[in-house]
Amino acid sequence: MVFFSYLFSGISLGSVYAIIALGYTMVYGIAKMLNFAHGDVIMVGGYICYCSMSYLGLPALLSVLLSMLVCTVLGVVIEGLAYKPLRQASSLAVLITAIGVSYFLQNAAQLIWGVTPKIFMSVASFPMPESVSSLGLSSEAVVTVASCIVIMIALTLFVSKTKMGKAMRACSEDKGAAQLMGINVNQTISMTFAIGSALAAIAGVLLCSNYNTLIPTTGSMPGIKAFTAAVFGGIGSIPGAFLGGLLLGIIEAMAKAYISTQLANAIVFAVLIVVLLVKPTGLLGKAVPEKV
Amino acid sequence: MKKILALLLAMAMVFALAACGGNSAPAATQAPAAEAPAEAPADSGDAPAEAPAAGEASGTFKIGGIGPMTGDAAQYGIAAMGGAQIAVDEINALGGPVQFEFQAEDDQAVADNAVNAYNTLKDWEMQIMVGAVTTGSCVAVASEAYNDRIFSLTPSASSTDVTAGKDNMFQMCFTDPNQGKAGAEYISTNFPEAKVAVIYRNDDAYSVGIRDAFYAEMSDSIVYEGTFTADTQTDFSVQVKAAQDAGADVVYLPIYYQPATVILTQAKSIGYAPTFVGVDGMDGILDQEGFDASLAEGVLVMSPFSASSTDDLTVSFVSKFQEAHGQLPNQFAADGYDCVYAIYNAIQAAGVTADMSNEEICDALIAVFTSDDFSYSGLTGEGMTWSTAGEVTKLPMAFVITDGVYVKP
Amino acid sequence: MKKLKTTTKIDFATYLGVTLAFVIVYSLQKAGSLSNAMNSWLVPICSFIVMAVSLNLVVGISGELSLGHAGFMSVGAFSGIVTAMSLTNAIPSGAVRLVLAILVGAVFAAVTGFIVGVPVLRLRGDYLAIVTLAFGQIIKDLINCLIVGYDSRGLHILFNISGQKSVTDLHMDEAGVAIIKGAQGAVGITKLSSFFAGYILVMITLIIVLNLIRSRTGRAIMAVRDNRIAAESVGINVTKYRLIAFVTSAALAGAAGALFGLNYGGLLSSRFDFNTSILVLVYVVLGGLGSIWGSVIGATVLYILPEALRSLQDYRMLIYAVVLILVMLATNNAQLKALLGRVIPKRKGARSNG
Repeated sequence: MVFFSYLFSGISLGSVYAIIALGYTMVYGIAKMLNFAHGDVIMVGGYICYCSMSYLGLPALLSVLLSMLVCTVLGVVIEGLAYKPLRQASSLAVLITAIGVSYFLQNAAQLIWGVTPKIFMSVASFPMPESVSSLGLSSEAVVTVASCIVIMIALTLFVSKTKMGKAMRACSEDKGAAQLMGINVNQTISMTFAIGSALAAIAGVLLCSNYNTLIPTTGSMPGIKAFTAAVFGGIGSIPGAFLGGLLLGIIEAMAKAYISTQLANAIVFAVLIVVLLVKPTGLLGKAVPEKV
Repeated sequence: MKKILALLLAMAMVFALAACGGNSAPAATQAPAAEAPAEAPADSGDAPAEAPAAGEASGTFKIGGIGPMTGDAAQYGIAAMGGAQIAVDEINALGGPVQFEFQAEDDQAVADNAVNAYNTLKDWEMQIMVGAVTTGSCVAVASEAYNDRIFSLTPSASSTDVTAGKDNMFQMCFTDPNQGKAGAEYISTNFPEAKVAVIYRNDDAYSVGIRDAFYAEMSDSIVYEGTFTADTQTDFSVQVKAAQDAGADVVYLPIYYQPATVILTQAKSIGYAPTFVGVDGMDGILDQEGFDASLAEGVLVMSPFSASSTDDLTVSFVSKFQEAHGQLPNQFAADGYDCVYAIYNAIQAAGVTADMSNEEICDALIAVFTSDDFSYSGLTGEGMTWSTAGEVTKLPMAFVITDGVYVKP
Repeated sequence: MKKLKTTTKIDFATYLGVTLAFVIVYSLQKAGSLSNAMNSWLVPICSFIVMAVSLNLVVGISGELSLGHAGFMSVGAFSGIVTAMSLTNAIPSGAVRLVLAILVGAVFAAVTGFIVGVPVLRLRGDYLAIVTLAFGQIIKDLINCLIVGYDSRGLHILFNISGQKSVTDLHMDEAGVAIIKGAQGAVGITKLSSFFAGYILVMITLIIVLNLIRSRTGRAIMAVRDNRIAAESVGINVTKYRLIAFVTSAALAGAAGALFGLNYGGLLSSRFDFNTSILVLVYVVLGGLGSIWGSVIGATVLYILPEALRSLQDYRMLIYAVVLILVMLATNNAQLKALLGRVIPKRKGARSNG
């Protein structure tokens, strides 16, 4: 029984990592860049949803949509201003710019919303049967896992079935060749950021629904963890991000419960190292054959 | 080039937005009276400097503040410096012979940045320091201030390491060991048979310091200890669940209010309702925007300050702070405020003038702070006195949160 | 001079530039015309120059993205602090203790670098980056558990894995001094670092790194970076050369850590977190990958920037972020590069004529 309650804690935490990791992996898979500002877009998503609910009094669902809209615009603007000019530059240059954007968003958020924590009203709260909730499985966790699965399936279908999705895959394989085939690479990458940022908004809302305080640095640590989760599952792989996120959450919870709360984080990272040493491209990542 | 222009414009827009939406900045807004010449009035200007206690205090003193204004810990630094600024403004508005100029510098709660901030303030010719806010920064800055003989009073750096071996360093807050002992005493008096769980942050000097003292007193009653770090402070469900399974009916939380909020929420969601006992860092929990006060019902806070007190001093401070920052002040702000007033009183008692050197001011103020007849009553306590070690003596006040306000039990 | 290779000229210019900058700043310092704030920047700048140059060896020269460089700095800082403080009575000379501390810091960091490097270097690209990040986090968490003190019976070290131990569990005698108190960090450190020591360390770092790069080993490392398979096929032991770069870099980071740690009265293990690693990476990339003098300038300028922006108050870090983005965009702007490309050869030509 106790084991299951820890497992549920792990799944709740893992589902939050997973939903953030989906956005990370999406952008990485197509644009081939580590978007370290993703965690901060999540934070902005949380704030927008908060403001819309508390100040404008909009209903939860509408607030989530508004937050998605704002984050999508933000994502596209960031991409256009900060990343697009660096399309030809080294991936490290883009990484540093992403870090700059991350600092920028955190400090702008501090100036706009202040530093005192805001308490986020859960948007995914509904009564659960007593027997389930006493095990530590909250309605937020259920909603997060469900959203993860829906998003994962939708993304997989989108990428494999639609025209835009195919264009994205083409860009991911070879930007130059894609361009020659008449695909607008810039537009495709912008689209990727739009989708990634909309996902970030959902992730932000669910992160804050699960763990209800919101400050300008809320997104940074979950962002790094989710990045780790994405790599764990095989970066670029959509099911991998889901799996990686869940596993990371479960390992963290189990380490806290049975080994040491002190070293939980170190244990998570140690497991990650071992997994990557055994399987150097993550759990579900495909090995890219080297060109000779 | 167009793109760079566009970027600049976008940034400018964000600034404009930020300026509209942002809370007014507490940092380093100089007091209006700052234009007054730093020199002492002519009649006392010739008074011999070597006999400080004899003369009358006068002049414009430069007080420097150090605390995190950006980053993770910014909420604490901004509060403490904001409180200090209010005290400075009040004192300057009195128009007495002693005036203050106040400047706060950001250290991002990092020790080496704090030393940079300290030296920036030294260039500004700081004479007295209020800071640093966080313990780690304060330890580093204290050794600099000790070498330079600058009198320092920290609002909130509570470790004994801050004051150890430095006669110029004083604290406005309880020391961590005292706080841990007070918590242990309170729990063993009021819940003698209780099984106790502790959840603390083990990469934070403040949290660990209180926990160590608490553990030394209570180790027999403790049934569970859970920790977290800055990297794992998203989720506490495992720790909360483990405390529940261990049968703890009192949960001691020597942590700040933000993680405590998540712990309270998660305990409620699994139907676990022990008595939560917090420390002074818990103060502020009710002031968070959108906080559901029912979560904190029955929580015990060991804080020196309550924003809901009805005495004149608190009421006036709370209204001024709300006007400036749009929210209720917490104990960080109150400690910052008290620091400035304690310094003000000590300056008057010592009779120092602003044209004295740092060393003279420092020695005179140390003599006053450690003398038997100096005591200070302010927002965070009555009749506070300081030991030669720099520790403050004041009673911790325990409040129980009832219907969203602090009530004395 | 004409017979010297361009690279050699650049190297000498780097040594000369650093020395010149040192002489100017040092004489200004001695003349008392530096502000207190500037004085307090000098040692950390030297530390971060060494950090940036050593990270450049891994990221720029060896071509591997490392996100855990601060971990090695942390190992060096804390082992250096323990060395310097525990020898207080045995060796009265501060300078000697500082040198010893830097050496011990470098050795400990090198050992850590070796332990980390052997598994890490089997990986590539972003997977390697994430594993270095993971090691950085693990090092930080482990040092956070460390409790060290010394008394007449020698050094006491305790590893607080259970979270239940504190300094009293070291069971020191009355004269015992706690050096590292777990999460409360190293306290009561006697400041030993000086700008002069910083300069010497920077020069030693430059000499080691530049000579390494220009040597046969260095060329092998770069060959591995540029084309691993081709390098392997001509008989270069890939793992060995990557490891040489990685361990050297870790050792230098440890030395920088010791210098940094002994410059402050107190130090927390949380100082050396992911953000610090990232910060050093920013210095390296902005200075130019593979460009050693670029790292020197990058570290100096970017360390001073947020300090110089203090007058902006609340907007300080925001502006810092904006400057970071703009510089990144400007340095990678094709038109700007073309413009610079037209200017620089001219200058070079002018120099060789003169």
